[in-house]
Amino acid sequence: MFRSLLFVPGNNPSMLQNADIFMCDAIIFDLEDSVNLDEKDNARNLVETYLLTTKELPKAVILRINPVNSELINDDLKLLETRRIDYVLLPKANKISLFVLDKILNDLENKFELKQTKVICLVEEAKAIIEVYDLAIHERVRGLLLGAEDLTSELEINRTISGEEILYARSKVIYAAISNKIIPIDTPFTDINDTEGLIKDCKKALNLGMKAKTAIHPSQLETINDIFSPSKEAIEWAKALLAKAKTLNKGAFQFEGKMIDRPIIEKAKKIIEKAKLFDLM
Amino acid sequence: MEGQAGSKESNDCLITIRKSDETRIEIDSIVDHLFHDQILKAVEETLKEENIENVFVLVEDKGALDYTIRARLRVAINRMNKNV
Amino acid sequence: MLNGVKRDIPKNLPRFISSDDFLNKSRRLIEKKKKQSKTVFFNSYDEVFDKLKIKDKQTLSFHHHLRNGDKVIQDVSKIIKKLGLKDLHFAPSSIFPSYTNMIDLIFNGNITNIHTNYLNGEVAKIISEGKLKGKLVMNTHGGRARAIESGDLGIDVAFIACPTVDKFGNGTGAIGKNACGTLGYCISDLEYAKKVVLVTDNLVGKLDSYQLNGEYVDGVLVVDSIGEAKGIVSGTTEITKDPVGLKIAKDCSSLLYELDLIKNNFSMQTGAGKTSLAVVNYVKDIMKKQNIIGEFASGGITKSYVDMLEEGLFKKLYDVQCFDLDAVKSFRKNKNHIAMSASEYGNPFVKNSIANKLDFVILGATEIDIDFNVNVTTDSIGYIIGGSGGHADIAKGAKVTIIISPLIKSRIPIIKEKVNTITTPGEDIDILITERGIAINPKRKDLIEKLKTTKIKIYDIKELLEKTHNLTGVPSKIKVSDDIIGYVEYRDGTYIDVLREVHNDYIR
Repeated sequence: MFRSLLFVPGNNPSMLQNADIFMCDAIIFDLEDSVNLDEKDNARNLVETYLLTTKELPKAVILRINPVNSELINDDLKLLETRRIDYVLLPKANKISLFVLDKILNDLENKFELKQTKVICLVEEAKAIIEVYDLAIHERVRGLLLGAEDLTSELEINRTISGEEILYARSKVIYAAISNKIIPIDTPFTDINDTEGLIKDCKKALNLGMKAKTAIHPSQLETINDIFSPSKEAIEWAKALLAKAKTLNKGAFQFEGKMIDRPIIEKAKKIIEKAKLFDLM
Repeated sequence: MEGQAGSKESNDCLITIRKSDETRIEIDSIVDHLFHDQILKAVEETLKEENIENVFVLVEDKGALDYTIRARLRVAINRMNKNV
Repeated sequence: MLNGVKRDIPKNLPRFISSDDFLNKSRRLIEKKKKQSKTVFFNSYDEVFDKLKIKDKQTLSFHHHLRNGDKVIQDVSKIIKKLGLKDLHFAPSSIFPSYTNMIDLIFNGNITNIHTNYLNGEVAKIISEGKLKGKLVMNTHGGRARAIESGDLGIDVAFIACPTVDKFGNGTGAIGKNACGTLGYCISDLEYAKKVVLVTDNLVGKLDSYQLNGEYVDGVLVVDSIGEAKGIVSGTTEITKDPVGLKIAKDCSSLLYELDLIKNNFSMQTGAGKTSLAVVNYVKDIMKKQNIIGEFASGGITKSYVDMLEEGLFKKLYDVQCFDLDAVKSFRKNKNHIAMSASEYGNPFVKNSIANKLDFVILGATEIDIDFNVNVTTDSIGYIIGGSGGHADIAKGAKVTIIISPLIKSRIPIIKEKVNTITTPGEDIDILITERGIAINPKRKDLIEKLKTTKIKIYDIKELLEKTHNLTGVPSKIKVSDDIIGYVEYRDGTYIDVLREVHNDYIR
């Protein structure tokens, strides 16, 4: 479970050596878009030696590999041998690329006796939006990350702060993820100097059903964590409600003037689970 | 015949390697007074792991940690070998 | 002989015992200089030297309020070179990189001894390499004031750059083309030097309010220019984008909050760096959210504090020197932006000093050791790159002293077994905040107790040292030469450490 995920360019030693201190739930070490083609070998080697030698790693390690149709993919995936990578982030995910990745991973896992590699799909093509449910249903896939920049570029439309242009995409990702009990993760907010804009964008995503958001600069993490964490009031409400449910021990009851039944109890349980996980209690 | 990797950004190093009659390692580091021996060790061990001998290695270091030095050297070696 | 922080101090020199030891001594004051009936006006530096009979081996003092914009110390240095005076003792409150005319004077033995509180640039480099024939004594701002008024640091002639002077010899830094604001560091020089010369480029008829009282002034020299006010800017108005700095600032503000240090009528001081500024902004947010009004902020004052004064978040600012032109402007027009002298700021013998009234201070460190001793004087090779300034003064005075620093700067660990040079003794340092954890001086059981019930995790400083070494590796010991080039003088006049010449192997 995540609230915030930070992209760190794979070829940046200054960022890498501090990856463990940022207030995010996962770091995405990027070998793809933030790395120039002629520095791919540098980034891959740097991330590999970093993972192998660093004692205090981030809470969760995600590796964004290059697309499956590039010749870089095999070298990128060799990093799984470090056994320090929790998830692979598949760029340009669609049914075909996921199929190809799955095959390569099967081979690697057999050859090196690795555990099954978990995958997060980066949904950033129009085609992927259409196929998103098929991605979410795949047994390796544990999260869907919307990539709105590539998507809107393909659609030849502009991004706005209000975000109407990605409402459909966001919703598709959310419904596909939630219905398969995996996490929907929102696209990053790209203007790192606009905190107000970031707040609006986070709230919008949260209210639609996104459960986490990616950041492209550590300064965005505090805002993202604040918005995607259960609020103090919600935690108090959930605690009180669950306490009452325990004493009453019946299917439906009144709490703070409202009728409470099973779905609401489940919601309260989720709040408490998250609050515990994110150390908010 | 030469390979180069890394940069002179802060916390990074630029490594240049080329074939030579004997192995020679030159270190130019902003933290030489504190980490000369460790930088040397990282370079020597990496050369050994990659089975490389008779090379000249220049490390221009801006405070890179050991794993960065090792990664840069590995890439420099690969690039040198490709350039043959 | 080892002193109170286990540093070997040559025999017959006053040894530091503890930061409280001055309480066992009584304050010594020499008589303030004779008041003058008439102020003399000089036409040139040559005339000043001639009339005041400035000669070899005398002590000349300066202040550093014009910082890198100062022209007075540069011009005086030129005259000394021309006249060929020898063995002079220079006592500027600080030495900045722009004071380049001192370099030749040091090489040629015109200046052989220096007493200052802060030193960097080329002068620092050559002294570190052993080019000063006598000794360098590095004091604190409050300690320098104490030394002057007690006669320990006797001044023959004080050259005081003063942005505006009137016909009666009264002076102010608030106005003039080179206005630099408050002139706190030269007040003891003014009152206790044998001779005082104000150097100005703005002579007016009569000042209604002034910081420098003409009764102490022997002469006024009017020149074309005393400097360049733009050169005074040292603070930054930019909040750090450095993620490590931001993390430290955030953790610092959470800690201040948990320790309940931000409450009505509180007082604080910080440095002027980007991370400090980020802390100030977080503090500001907390104050606004909770409707807190602080009593005062002090120090070298920057725009961020001026804004808070204007927004009513602080009742007063106590300012010993203005760090930027916004502060100068505020000092000129806002009566709650109050000048303080170095003595009022941090003289150990001034009971109600501002330093003693501070609730908390946030300071930097070049190195800190496992006994919490802090070095802000020399770098990891041993070159002088700064000095106490007010560091040791406010660390002693404030109720809670917090050091903020990244654990690692370009692979160089900030925490060491032992710092190269002790500027401020560990007994006065309470908390260290780094990006990888917070350590509290075991002496401060009260703070540790208070934080026990909070989410803030406290590390032993040795654990932080180990974390650092896990990342960087264990650094080699640096080589130092045996030659002593000077001393770090604690605010009470005792020696807390020696300064040694940089080892030959490191000189390029």
